[in-house]
Amino acid sequence: MQYDRILIRFGEISTKGRNRKKFIEKLKRNIDFKLADFKDIMIETTRDRIYIVLNGEDSEEISNRLQTIFGIHSFSLAVKTSSAIEEIKAAALFAFKELDYVGKTFKVTAKRVDKLFPFDTNEINYQVGSHILTNVADLKVDVHHPMINVRVEVRSDATYITCKDIYGPGGLPVGTSGKSMLMLSGGLDSPVAGYFAMKRGLEIEAVHFYSPPYTNERSKQKVLDLTEVLTKFGPDIKLHIVPFTEIQEVIQKQVPENYSLISTRRMMLRITDEIRKKQRALAITTGESLGQVASQTMESMYAINEVTNTPIIRPLITMDKPEIIDVAKNINTHDISIRPFEDCCTIFSPAAPKTRPKREKVEFYESFVDFEALINKAVDQTEMIKISQQKHNQEIDELF
Amino acid sequence: MIYLDNSATTKPYNEVLASFVKVAENYYGNPSSLHGVGAEAEKLLMQARKQAAELLDILPQEVVFTGGGSEGNNLAIKGVALKHKHRGNHIITTSVEHPSVSEACEQLKEHGFEITYLPVNHDGMIELEDVKNAIKDTTILVSMIHVNNEIGAIQPIRLVGEFLKIYPKILFHVDHVQGIGKVPLSFKDLGIDLCTISAHKFNGLKGTGILYVRSGIQLSPLISGGEQEMQFRSGTENVAGVVAMTKALRITLENKERTIEKLEAIKCALIEGLLTNPVISINTPTLNSAPHIINFSIGGLKAEVFVHLLEEYGIIVSTTSACSSKKKMPSKTLLAMNKGEALANSAIRISLSGDNQLEEVPSIVKSINEATEKLGRVMR
Repeated sequence: MQYDRILIRFGEISTKGRNRKKFIEKLKRNIDFKLADFKDIMIETTRDRIYIVLNGEDSEEISNRLQTIFGIHSFSLAVKTSSAIEEIKAAALFAFKELDYVGKTFKVTAKRVDKLFPFDTNEINYQVGSHILTNVADLKVDVHHPMINVRVEVRSDATYITCKDIYGPGGLPVGTSGKSMLMLSGGLDSPVAGYFAMKRGLEIEAVHFYSPPYTNERSKQKVLDLTEVLTKFGPDIKLHIVPFTEIQEVIQKQVPENYSLISTRRMMLRITDEIRKKQRALAITTGESLGQVASQTMESMYAINEVTNTPIIRPLITMDKPEIIDVAKNINTHDISIRPFEDCCTIFSPAAPKTRPKREKVEFYESFVDFEALINKAVDQTEMIKISQQKHNQEIDELF
Repeated sequence: MIYLDNSATTKPYNEVLASFVKVAENYYGNPSSLHGVGAEAEKLLMQARKQAAELLDILPQEVVFTGGGSEGNNLAIKGVALKHKHRGNHIITTSVEHPSVSEACEQLKEHGFEITYLPVNHDGMIELEDVKNAIKDTTILVSMIHVNNEIGAIQPIRLVGEFLKIYPKILFHVDHVQGIGKVPLSFKDLGIDLCTISAHKFNGLKGTGILYVRSGIQLSPLISGGEQEMQFRSGTENVAGVVAMTKALRITLENKERTIEKLEAIKCALIEGLLTNPVISINTPTLNSAPHIINFSIGGLKAEVFVHLLEEYGIIVSTTSACSSKKKMPSKTLLAMNKGEALANSAIRISLSGDNQLEEVPSIVKSINEATEKLGRVMR
């Protein structure tokens, strides 16, 4: 006997009423995409579950991947058996013995979906429980707080036995909330923001500002690597690399030092918004966290945000730095983010930036330059790279 | 020519050589340089580290690129000894180690370290009991060869690793140089803290290797300088060599199962053939031995002369290990196995690789038989 299928439970999707079907469809497609290289599996959708029929494929690797797919609340490795009591008993014993059970307590929880089944739930519990008890030494039953719960679900076509539950990442299936542009700097915060945006069902496209010669290949590589990590949680991601040198130099010349940071952010937001329009996204996601740096005070955000009324999603806005770092470590972006290279936010950073800038002032300083033209030029020259988890540079791959 | 000295070194795969040349030619930057040329080289190095980690089922930061097997063994042993000498000065190893382990230990002796060499039984295997009895309060390291390079005996790494888990402060180093690709070993599951492999034993190039250093383990570096390789091994990285090695590792591990099966078949046929020769006695144990090494003694005949004679038949074998064969010493491993001076003096090693073919066996056996006969006639 071996694990025959994986039973996937939805989180919040269950509350989606009439839209539920769309959410489930999307989740199924995301699962399809992530498990595409397992040729033998079959994915079945029902109203409240998705089943993956393993057909002998590696259950461990599949369960690793499922833990990265948003929209999955939890899943269990299940043994499928016919709905005959002797078969059920044997299968339950097998599933139980697959666990680390020594010295633990257990109980059986039967659920009888098929009301025609000859035994009621109490009788199923009793029969399966005593079968396990007589075949496993030193085992105790605890019906209130069992360490292992053997669930037996009797349906008319088959019975499913599960006792190993694994939590998924929760959230909503990526793509069910539309698309957002993620401003990705290469620092610690923005990839985490991207992760949270995806968790709420957003598909993301990343925008990175590149200022050669002030920032170099390695800082660009950081962003490529970070984007690749994020593809683990969703589909392929488009990365837009904006040439930003000229605008930064103009700001440097034109805007007083203590306002240059605010102005830079405004330009970045305007450019991102232009790319957003072209890519038909409806929001912009940033890694801003309230009060973290000068440009993230309430006053600064007020002055920066003036340039657009596109919704700006700031998943980290109320989070503390240690909390952000924890998430970064968990999702494996931390070690990439801390590679020590300059990015467009660290160069030209003024010694004493305004923490309480005034809108009118920054508008006045900017009014002497035709930024509109510079922005259009930058958008036109933006390079788009599609990042997928498996795809690398082919020439380099051949070396390995 | 039939090349049967693969435990000394293997022929590099053509694809591996091609990678080496291409990287050396096109990505010659110093990975530590800031400019783009350096960044390109660094990217290759990172990809190599990631791929090696995936293949070995360890983390990228646990891969330390070295200059080969001897360096890896020295770094592991001396690195632990120097870093942790405040904990104790006792090291346990076996009497059948490669010189890069035993000599490193001998060197440490001069610096006040105490070395216990575990004995082996007639099959060249250590006993877990002996490990248990050797442990002291001052023990800081157990270093053990996985597959013996002379006779192919496989040490009970799993047993020792499982046992050592109750001593978290005793580090466990495994010399896996002969085992990689031939006798699978899971670094993570067996409680191994340090593990050495060397590229030229799996069809990579000489001068490259990997030391697995489990995350969190501290080592004193042997080479200080620019702090490359997580500060464990300074010096500008051999990018072309490292890329070539990871390619060789990939090819080797991808074909592992097929290769092992093939080697087993050849080994079986060879032993069967050799056993028909009355002067030959097989030293490689029947059970628990690697699929690519067959060690046999030729009844008191001079091993060195036999190697040369066999070469005239177009067959390349060696006397014991390549590293000590020029010293004309009897096989240390066979002596440790209590085989006696005579057998130890006339030991021959055949070591196979995936390039060898089952069809070659009859002519190998025939040549060996002719050579022993000829040699017997002359020498007696």
